[in-house]
Amino acid sequence: MADEPNVHQPKTDIAPGYTFGTVTDQIASVVLTRRTPFFWYAAFGAGLVLLLLFLLAVGVLFVKGTGIWGLRTPVMWGFAITNFVWWIGIGHAGTLISAILLLLNQRWRNSINRFAEAMTLFAVACAGMFPVLHLGRPWLAYWLFPYPNTMGVQPNFRSPLVWDVFAVSTYATVSLMFWFVGLMPDLATLRDRTHNRLARFAYGILAMGWRGSARHWSVYETATLLLAGLATPLVLSVHTVVSFDFTIAIVPGWHTTFLPPYFVAGAIYSGFAMVLALAIPLRSIYGLQGLITDRHLDNSAKVMLATGLIVAYAYILETFSAWYGGNTYEQAMVWHRMTGPYAVSYWSLMLCNILAPQALWFKRVRSKPVFLFISAIVVLVGMWLERYVIIVSSLAQDFLPSSWSIFQATRWDWATYIGTIGLFLFLFFLFIRLLPMISIFEVRTLLPSAKVEEEAES
Amino acid sequence: MSQIFHRSTNTFARITIFGAVFVLAFVTWAFTELDRSTYNTRATEAREQPVPFSHAHHVGGIGLDCRYCHTTVETSSFANIPPTKTCMNCHSQIWLTSPTLEPVRASFRENKSLDWIRVNDLPDFVYFNHSIHINKGVGCETCHGRVDKMPLTWQENSLQMEWCLNCHRHPEKFVRPREFITTMGYQPAGGQEEIGQRLVHEYNIQDARLLTSCSTCHR
Repeated sequence: MADEPNVHQPKTDIAPGYTFGTVTDQIASVVLTRRTPFFWYAAFGAGLVLLLLFLLAVGVLFVKGTGIWGLRTPVMWGFAITNFVWWIGIGHAGTLISAILLLLNQRWRNSINRFAEAMTLFAVACAGMFPVLHLGRPWLAYWLFPYPNTMGVQPNFRSPLVWDVFAVSTYATVSLMFWFVGLMPDLATLRDRTHNRLARFAYGILAMGWRGSARHWSVYETATLLLAGLATPLVLSVHTVVSFDFTIAIVPGWHTTFLPPYFVAGAIYSGFAMVLALAIPLRSIYGLQGLITDRHLDNSAKVMLATGLIVAYAYILETFSAWYGGNTYEQAMVWHRMTGPYAVSYWSLMLCNILAPQALWFKRVRSKPVFLFISAIVVLVGMWLERYVIIVSSLAQDFLPSSWSIFQATRWDWATYIGTIGLFLFLFFLFIRLLPMISIFEVRTLLPSAKVEEEAES
Repeated sequence: MSQIFHRSTNTFARITIFGAVFVLAFVTWAFTELDRSTYNTRATEAREQPVPFSHAHHVGGIGLDCRYCHTTVETSSFANIPPTKTCMNCHSQIWLTSPTLEPVRASFRENKSLDWIRVNDLPDFVYFNHSIHINKGVGCETCHGRVDKMPLTWQENSLQMEWCLNCHRHPEKFVRPREFITTMGYQPAGGQEEIGQRLVHEYNIQDARLLTSCSTCHR
């Protein structure tokens, strides 16, 4: 069967020529090899340096308080909430790939879901930093949860900020469980292949006694489907709840009904940009072009283009509804964004998020990883600017001109933000080194030989 | 390949995974209990004082009114710790040679205050006013307990916020007529619920929404 021409399967999910053995060898060798590429040390080192910068920024914050950031009345949300929304949005692509594409039977996802889920987890970890650090007294963060306290009070359940706590913590928990359950068969593979006693012990503990029996697989399949079912609504709900932080308030530019779908689309937009920004360097360093193929990049770029168009539509609608709604304050807000002190940010965001991604219409752009990488970075910058403009420009110039004030980010704002990028890189490259970045057993199901057997059985 | 783990690891893993639920539940329970324990709040712990002043003797035995010493309780946020002169009103006449009272006499001679140890100490971020409570019918006993039975004074209640809110949420369960404000061992003449409702109305006690507003106590 293998030497038949590919007429029945015009699109293969991975490059031809792989066998069960070579798939396992190639993915497992990234972890089990003694030679770690220089790129890994460079990226991990950069992450570590920036992580130390983050720890410094947080240390200074703990000593001096949130005044070290540019937070001044009326802009009390500034960078912290911008970064929170940006990071949590990035996480969404991982859940979309792992849960929704699984339920939709999009099998090509099998070679990118593992690291996309890891990306989700680490992005949520970075996102979680900001609301907590922004509290001013981060050591009292546990007050956010309803626990039987001696104060006789509970969080205000009418506040979207409390919904956020539940949305994000549920998201983090389900994502972690989904990721870990999916890892178990591969952890067992690593346990069986490593020669290092310590590694065998560690992977053995984490694999939780996985032996790959039929019963194990049956339980595994059920658990994955259930977790995917749990995670699917989260793709939509988490960023919807995040958008409620804004829409429930009456601030001009925030108080609109289209913000939830607009935020969800933006989240997936930036998430797929991050998937591309990670996948493109990784596959060329580790020679994984056969597993993360050009088709994966092409599909991700198409998702980016589609969600980018939704986001563009939202920008147009925002302007239109301000005009059509006839609300003076909304109109003034749009005018301020376009021509006021944040005009540079606003127009850069239009350039990054609407204009630049139109290049993705062209197959020639989508087939060049370098172009895709650049456009992914442009979109990530654009999506950050979008949250910055929404938060800062709306707060800086609201109803009372007497209280208007311009937000100016301090070096600690930047240090904290760049520091979380360091935290992300640090965690991500640790993951690349210690765990299989591509799901071994799921990629094996993509092989032609796996399909033949399935057909023979049925 | 040899086994990495002994067979017993399976049992161990099951116990730790299922046990974690109980351990977490226990830790939560222990935390909440410790938080409310008298060890943490120091409630019911009699404090040593420079002079072993007995409320049991002065209030319970002699029958002094609270306001004889705590003079500003009806008009000020602070109930007032009496000056040594108040002690000397009587103790310049009786127990003149008692060695126990020597610090009091020394304080009077040298015109230096006695350093009483504070027993009921609210955190500084709480705005508390004695006079409003007294004037709205919250008896001394309601918060301070049976002072007439304390040989050395102790803090009767936890002073935790949930304890404050008990009354701020349902003042009708605790208020009494103003004429019994300093009475120790007060018994309502009838149903507390009914009397309480009437007094809440009569004394214009604000509704629970205002009484439990953050800025009522945290200003």
